[in-house]
This record gives sequence, C-alpha cells and structure tokens, in this order.
Amino acid sequence: MSAHLPKDQEFLLPATPIFIAASLLVALLLNWLPWQGMWLTLRPDFAALVLLYWCTHKPYRVGIGIAWMVGILADVADASLFGQHALAYAVLAFGGIVLHRRVQMLDLRLQTLQIFPLLLLAYGVYAAVHWQVHGYVVWEYFLGSVVAALLWVPLTVLLQALRRPRGNSGQP
Amino acid sequence: MEHTNAFPFFNRGPSAVVRLAFFSLLSLLLMFVDARYQYLELGRTTLSVPIHALQRLATLPVDLWQQADAYLVTQGSLVRDHTQLLQQRTIDAAQLQQLQVLQAENEHLRSLLNVQQKADYSMQLAEIVYVERDIFQRKLLLDKGAQAGVLAGQVVMDDNGIVGQVTRVYPWLSEATLITNKDHAVPIQVLRNGLRSVVFGSGDTGQLALRYLPISSDIQEGDVLVTSGIDGTYPPGLPVARVTRIERDPAYPFARIQCTPIAGVDRQRQLLILSGLPKLPERPQVVEEVPSDQPKKGERGNL
Repeated sequence: MSAHLPKDQEFLLPATPIFIAASLLVALLLNWLPWQGMWLTLRPDFAALVLLYWCTHKPYRVGIGIAWMVGILADVADASLFGQHALAYAVLAFGGIVLHRRVQMLDLRLQTLQIFPLLLLAYGVYAAVHWQVHGYVVWEYFLGSVVAALLWVPLTVLLQALRRPRGNSGQP
Repeated sequence: MEHTNAFPFFNRGPSAVVRLAFFSLLSLLLMFVDARYQYLELGRTTLSVPIHALQRLATLPVDLWQQADAYLVTQGSLVRDHTQLLQQRTIDAAQLQQLQVLQAENEHLRSLLNVQQKADYSMQLAEIVYVERDIFQRKLLLDKGAQAGVLAGQVVMDDNGIVGQVTRVYPWLSEATLITNKDHAVPIQVLRNGLRSVVFGSGDTGQLALRYLPISSDIQEGDVLVTSGIDGTYPPGLPVARVTRIERDPAYPFARIQCTPIAGVDRQRQLLILSGLPKLPERPQVVEEVPSDQPKKGERGNL
C-alpha cells in the first residue's frame, strides 16, 4: 500500500517462488565461476549466503529441505561427497530459522555479527566431514566464511531492493 | 499480502529440529554410502548432466575473455612464436629420428630375448573445462568423457610429464585428480640410478614429497623421477618430478625430500589422456614384484 515501508517491516516485502529460485540459481552460478588461486581461497559461498538470507527473511518458504537440496546440487558440482554440502547447508538453514526473529530486529551491521557464527558453523561442518574422511583440514578454507559475512550487508541491500515493488513509486 | 506468512500457529508440518535431524541423518547416510560404496554414481551422473551444462554457462564469460585475448595477439609475437616452434620442431625431428632407430633396435633386442613388446599407447587431446573450486581437492574437469571412450584410471599428462589420473567419468566430462593432491601416490624410479620409491602429493600444486627414503639413499638434488610402472596404472618411463631439496636430519630415520612436478600441473589448458594402456599379460609380473617392498604396497591403498 505505502510505497515506503517502515524499516522494521522490510521483511514483509513480497518474494515470489520464482524470485527465490532465481536468486539461488544465480548464487550457485557465482560459486561455479572458475575461481583460481587466491580468489578461490577468498571465495565466499554465495549459495550459503543467499540461503541464509531467505531462511532469516522467509523462514516458512525456504527451510531446511530446500537448503538440503541446494546442497546436493553443490555436491554434484563440486564432486564432494554426496551430502557434505547438504549437511552444512541444512545446519546453516536451521541456525537461520532459529535466529530469524533476532536477525530481523537488528540493523544490518549487527546482523552481520549474528550471522557470522552461523556461517562459521556451516563451514566447520563441511571441514569436519572432510577431516573425518580425508584426515586433514585446510585452514584457509575458513577465510571464505569471513568474506561471506562481510558480503551480508551488500547482499541484503541488493535483494531487498530487488524485492521492493517498482511500480508503486510511479502510481498513487 | 504476505502477512499470512508471519503467523506461525497454523500447522506447518514437523518442527525445525525434527527436520534438521531428518536431513542430517539423510546426509550422513548418503555420505557413508558414498564414501564406502559405489551405489550413488548413477545418481551423480544423472544429476551431473544439467549441472555441468550450468557450470559451462558459468565459465562462458571467462572463456570469451580468453578467446578475445587470444584473438588480439600481435603479429610480432605470432612471428616470434612461429620461428621458435619451427626451430623446436627441427630439433625434435632430429631427436625423433634417433628415437626411431633406438626403438627399432630395442624391439629387435626384445624379440631376441623373447620379452613382451612394450605397447604404444594412443592418446587423446582434452581441454580443461574447469578447475575445481573446492580448495581441499584440486581437481580438473576435462571435456572428454565416457562418450569419447575415457575410462576411470587413465593417465592424464601434458607434453612434459604426468599431471594426474582420471578418477571419475561423466557422459561428456571426466574428472582428473592431480598428482599433487594430498596423499595421491605415484610409484617412481630415479632416472639416474633406478632407485624405486613412491612420491606423494602435498596438497600444494607446486610440490611433491618423497617419503620413506632412508637418509643414506643415493639421491641428489636435480634428480629426475620417472614412473616405474610397477603399479599397472601409470605406464613406465614418464617424467613425474624433479628433486629440489633434500634435508638429511640424523634425528629422523627418513630423509625429507621435496620435489616439484615437471608437468605444468596448474598451467596447461590442453592435456593428453593416455588410453589403451597395458596389456593384461604384464600384470602377473607386477604381482610377483610387489611382495619385495611391502610397506609401499600398503601406502598405495590410497590411490
């Protein structure tokens, strides 16, 4: 109704299933860009980040099941063990759903502090599985979670802007 | 109006904890089955077809950039490369002549001794589609798959030496594990004196490690390591690595030896997949030879 929603109602913005699916697909494509060398080490897990966004903003639309399926796709693409990404993403989604009210109440910078442990946990799950199977951990891997947490603010701003109905500003 | 979504008191199925438990168990089960057995390869192959199409889509901008880059090569560098290649070709041709003479002689001698002829292996040119983004395991995806007759276990090399081994085959792609992958083992022989050992990947693309060689063993910096071929996976005589640093610390029973791969493990774009490799009759020889060095055999279980 109103063109400008109050700040604490931003999570009420509409999100169509197509938009959610498209954002997840774009995130996966970003993950699959041919990253190399240092960029690969610093690469944030875009899929995890977008999943976390949806789990905190639309917890009844995007839940653990969808996160798990995205994880399976990531597993096939990365040739990791079947279920390795899926487990990490499921844990991440659970964390996002549990914390979604708190995250929605805080402003963006404080949100970053809230979601960073969740990302770290998801990265930790992935690394722990790898450690169980292969017996070693590459510690640089965790740098990705820091970069991902830093990207939380730009990503939230971008997705909120895309979700805001554009026709409203022109029409009464 | 999306307000309905904010009301949690409608029945929305099982709670988040139950879902998490269910999907975690499912993932753990899948991981266990995937790590232990081969049952899931079919599912993986099926899912991989659309996913690899998307992955190719993701690499498209980079490919286009590289093609544009290649298109804009200057005349000068083309001429220089061309003369260089011509010179190289002349040198290679001369060496090839000698090689052919030697090969004929070798064949003759082998037939005199009634030893099995060493077969020539055919090779296939494949291009790297993709370098794996998983920083735990550097893998390459090559653009030849089961449709082109690639099999798991075939050797991948470039023009200088061994790069890795095909570990998984999809319909149109295949996945190669690098020799520098952590704990990937290649049985080798020192070219200079025939000393046999196993070289292990270190997880870093520029390094290999030669473990379990006694301090007193005859190995020098600059020694070239070639495949020994006693595993039946890698054909004999292909260059693998060059020894760069040896630390002989009397406190440890083994020398610490570092090597660099001879092949450009992370530099090439075109690679060769060797096919038509040995020749079953030679296998029994391998089995006979293995008991002489039992510890190495145990290590090779990782392959």
